[in-house]
Amino acid sequence: MTIALTLDDACAALAADPTATVLAGGTDLMVQVNRGDHSIGNVVAIDRVPELRGWTREGDVLRIGAGMTYADMADPGFGALAPALGQAARTVGSPQIRATGTIGGNLATASPAGDMLPVLVALDAVVELRSSDGERHLPLDEFVVGVKANALSAGELIVAVRVPVLHGPQEFMKVGPRNAMVISVASLALVVDPFGRTVRVGLGSVAPVPLRATEAEVMIGGRIDWEGGRPPTAGDVDRFGQLVADAARPIDDHRGTAAYRRHVVGVMARRALVRAFGMVGEEAA
Amino acid sequence: MRTDPYRLTVNGRPVEVIDGHAGESLLFVLRERLGLPGSKNACEEGECGSCSVLLDGDLVCSCLVLAAAAADRDVATVEGLSDAGGEVGPLAYVQRAFVEAGAVQCGFCTPGLLMAVDALLCEEPDPDDLTVREAISGNLCRCTGYGRILEAVDRAAAMRREACS
Repeated sequence: MTIALTLDDACAALAADPTATVLAGGTDLMVQVNRGDHSIGNVVAIDRVPELRGWTREGDVLRIGAGMTYADMADPGFGALAPALGQAARTVGSPQIRATGTIGGNLATASPAGDMLPVLVALDAVVELRSSDGERHLPLDEFVVGVKANALSAGELIVAVRVPVLHGPQEFMKVGPRNAMVISVASLALVVDPFGRTVRVGLGSVAPVPLRATEAEVMIGGRIDWEGGRPPTAGDVDRFGQLVADAARPIDDHRGTAAYRRHVVGVMARRALVRAFGMVGEEAA
Repeated sequence: MRTDPYRLTVNGRPVEVIDGHAGESLLFVLRERLGLPGSKNACEEGECGSCSVLLDGDLVCSCLVLAAAAADRDVATVEGLSDAGGEVGPLAYVQRAFVEAGAVQCGFCTPGLLMAVDALLCEEPDPDDLTVREAISGNLCRCTGYGRILEAVDRAAAMRREACS
C-alpha cells in the first residue's frame, strides 16, 4: 500500500510496480474487491495527491484535475464554466458516491454508462496522462477504446482532463428508473459553441464507447440563426431528434432495449435543443 | 496478504489496526476488527447506504473505502453520535427524533440514515423537503416508505434549532 502524497510519489510507485492497482475514490474498484472479482495486490492510493485535486482555467481552457470528485464538480463556480459537466456530476449516484467518486475514475473505468463521458466527448476533451517516462495527451475518443477499456499503458496515470470553456448553453440528460442511484439507460450531452457556430452532441449508454451525433450536429449547425437568434422550427427540432436517434448504436440488455434507447435519445435530443435555443412558437425553457 | 499496521481515529479515539488484510473495507474493519457493529453491511456496492460513516467529515459508504488507504483519517460512526459512546445511554437528538417519529422498523437502515441526517443538519440546519430527499437519496429503507423518516428529519431539525437557540 502506497498512499501517494505527491504526483511524483504516485508515478514512482507505479513505475516500481506497473501492475499495482490505482485507487482513487474506490466507488468502482471496491465493488469488485468486495465481490471477490478483483484481488488486491499492491495499491497506489492517489486520493491525497494535491496536484490531482481542483481545477484551473487558462484563457478558455479548463483543466480539471483527475481527482475532482462529483461533489467538487457540482460547485456552482465550476458549473458556470462547464455547465453540462456540473449537471452530469449532480446526477451520479448518491451524496455518498459523489463525495468520493472522481472524474479520473469515471475515465479509467470507461463504462459505456459513465456519466461524464458523453459530456467530455461533446466538449472534445483531451486526457492528460503521466508516467515516470513522461506525459502524453489523448483526445477522449482515443482514450476510451471499448467497453470498460481505455488506452492507459502500464504505469500510467490519468492526471487531468482539458475541456474548452464555451460561451453557450449546455445540457446533460439521462434516463433511468429513478432520480437517485441510477446507472444511465441512455444519456445525452448537448453543448453549443456560439463562436465556432457548432452544436455538439455526445451520447452515452448507447454504444460501447461515447458517441458523437455528427450528422445531427452538422444539420442543426446549418439551421441555427447564429446572428439573429431566431429559434429553430419544430421541423428542425424533429429532424435533429431523428438524426441523433439514428446515430445511436444501442443494444438490448438488462437495463433497457435497443429500441427504447434509440427512442429516448431522440426525445432527449429534442428537449435539449429546445432548452438551449427555444423553438418557433415556444419560449426557451 | 497482511497490511502493515495503520492508525485510524474513530469517534475521536486513536486506534491501531495491526492484523488487517489487503482489500478489507473500512466497514469490515469497523465491524469485525474494532468491535463497532453499528454500521451495517448489506449491499457492499454503495447502493444502500446502511454503512454510511463520516470520513474526514464527508458522508461516505464505508464499504467502498479501502480501510488501509484511510490510514490516519478521522472516522465518525453511529456509535459516536451520542455522548454514551455506543453504550446504552442518552440518545443524540437525531436518534430521539427517529424514535419519537416511529421512523425505525426493522432498523437495518437506521444507522446509515442517522449519519446522513446528522451530516445534513450540520450543513443545513433548516433544509427544505427537496434538500432532505436528496440528502437521504443514498439510504434505502424497505420498511417505512420514508414518510416517518421525513417526519423524523423535520423533528430532528426542530430539536437541533431549539438546542442551538
